[in-house]
Amino acid sequence: MSDDLRDLYQEVILDHGRHPRNRRMVEHANHLAHGENPLCGDKLTVFVKLNDQGVIEDVSFEGQGCAISTASASLMTEVMIGKTEAEAEKLFGSFHALATGAEREEAEGMEDELDRLEVLAGVRDYPVRVKCATLAWHTLQAALHDEGKVSTE
Amino acid sequence: MSVIDRPDHTLYPIDKIRADFPILAKPVRGKKLVYLDSTASAMKPHAVIEAEAQVYEEEYANIHRGLYYLSERATARYEESRKTVQRFIGARHAHEIIFTRNTTESINLVAASYGRRFLQEGDEVLVSGLEHHSNIVPWQFLVEEKGVVLKVIPVAEDGSVRLEDYAKLLGPKTKMVAVAHISNVLGTVLPIAEMIRLAHDVGAKVLIDGAQAVMHTHVDVAELDCDFYAFSGHKLYGPSGIGVLYGKEALLNAMPPYQGGGDMIATVSFAKSSWAPLPAKFEAGTPAIAQAAGLAAAIDYVQGVGIDRIAAHEHDLLAYATTRLNQIEGLRIIGTAPGKAAVISFVLDYAHPHDIAQIFDGQGVAIRAGHHCAQPLMQHFCVPATARASFGMYNERSEVDALVAAIRKVEGMFRE
Repeated sequence: MSDDLRDLYQEVILDHGRHPRNRRMVEHANHLAHGENPLCGDKLTVFVKLNDQGVIEDVSFEGQGCAISTASASLMTEVMIGKTEAEAEKLFGSFHALATGAEREEAEGMEDELDRLEVLAGVRDYPVRVKCATLAWHTLQAALHDEGKVSTE
Repeated sequence: MSVIDRPDHTLYPIDKIRADFPILAKPVRGKKLVYLDSTASAMKPHAVIEAEAQVYEEEYANIHRGLYYLSERATARYEESRKTVQRFIGARHAHEIIFTRNTTESINLVAASYGRRFLQEGDEVLVSGLEHHSNIVPWQFLVEEKGVVLKVIPVAEDGSVRLEDYAKLLGPKTKMVAVAHISNVLGTVLPIAEMIRLAHDVGAKVLIDGAQAVMHTHVDVAELDCDFYAFSGHKLYGPSGIGVLYGKEALLNAMPPYQGGGDMIATVSFAKSSWAPLPAKFEAGTPAIAQAAGLAAAIDYVQGVGIDRIAAHEHDLLAYATTRLNQIEGLRIIGTAPGKAAVISFVLDYAHPHDIAQIFDGQGVAIRAGHHCAQPLMQHFCVPATARASFGMYNERSEVDALVAAIRKVEGMFRE
């Protein structure tokens, strides 16, 4: 295996790809959205339960996809639980920058989360795969904004 | 002969053919290129590259207008290319060959021109369940615009299209049958000769999407008696940017122009314009001049090797690959129709096609992963996507071995 591919498919990704966390429905979800990457046929649904204080009490996803998109969705749910909407937006921006290799904004107080997500940074060398890694994230945003449906095409 | 036996390669000049395709010798990611995606687009032999270059270097000008030497030469070569295509597919007249951009444009031309003029509300258009999007969407435009009814011929579990299923859908309302000659996803060869005959029995016209067929099998449009036949240059080892629409003379004459512009008119006034005769009527604007020469060179090259010999070689590769892949646990081939062309779609129960293609890429093995522009077919087989390996005239058995080795890599990484 070339080193490049090892960067892309790190053990954490393979693990989350095989055994995704929070792949389930959220009971009494009050936000959800469907995401689709028409290029590879990946489809997923993100469920969010937002409480009265605007805190993500629970977030989950359902659907099938490649190892990258599944692992990214799984890691996303883990870092998002307990975040406020504003924090979620900030994290989205930072993750997007991480995945595309764009200039990163400081996301104060969320260094640990971004450290965990660093395993997905390998996609930036594979333009087609950036869409795989960001699908769940765009879908979460659509859920929070009540947009219903999103496509990374 | 068992499929594992090696055929006598003195019959097929594989080394010479491979040497004719310069890109095959260029390593990718530090590995030998194993190109198994000819169904998406085929590589080009020297002869094609040189033919295009020669046009630009020696006899280029715009065609059909210049009263000077270079324009006359360019025009003559362009029209000579049309005759090469005519002979290649057995059309009765050179003016039945319309140069387009690609198969997609050829089909759109028929849907827009023939469809708008001759199809009425309630008329039925039949397509098969394995069509490429480009043989679905142009007809859907007519569903919206004209109230035409689109009906779908079902695909059997093995990926074949059965005549009895087809015949049930044919009736007095059927006005157009638009089907692939060969499936780009499954390799299924459709029984188009019988399908054309049955369509004509009920008075329907037939368009064949030959994008995947002309490089794998001998095509004779006069013998088939199809009304339209569409294909692209780039899958036939020729340039991208040029495609072909064959249409029967009487139909093409009855059809209105598809696009307006230069070269397609007889006279223009602000009150009214009149159209040029075939084939110019359907070739508005400056066409793909050098690419036409490249396409003719590709046809000459393919015919030089011999389409029957190419088909035999590819069938050997297909049989060998099918046998090897069937030995891999957790692998399922999608599309097992008898007599299929050299295309293998497969899924692994432990890895997504996108991940498969990514690992393959690291090994220099280029395949396609995705829905292959055939989402309805993916839904039919209940898979989001497949990995697809396809073989062309330049592939060899060692590349099948590389494919199997790459699958073993995926296995090592993703299988628990």
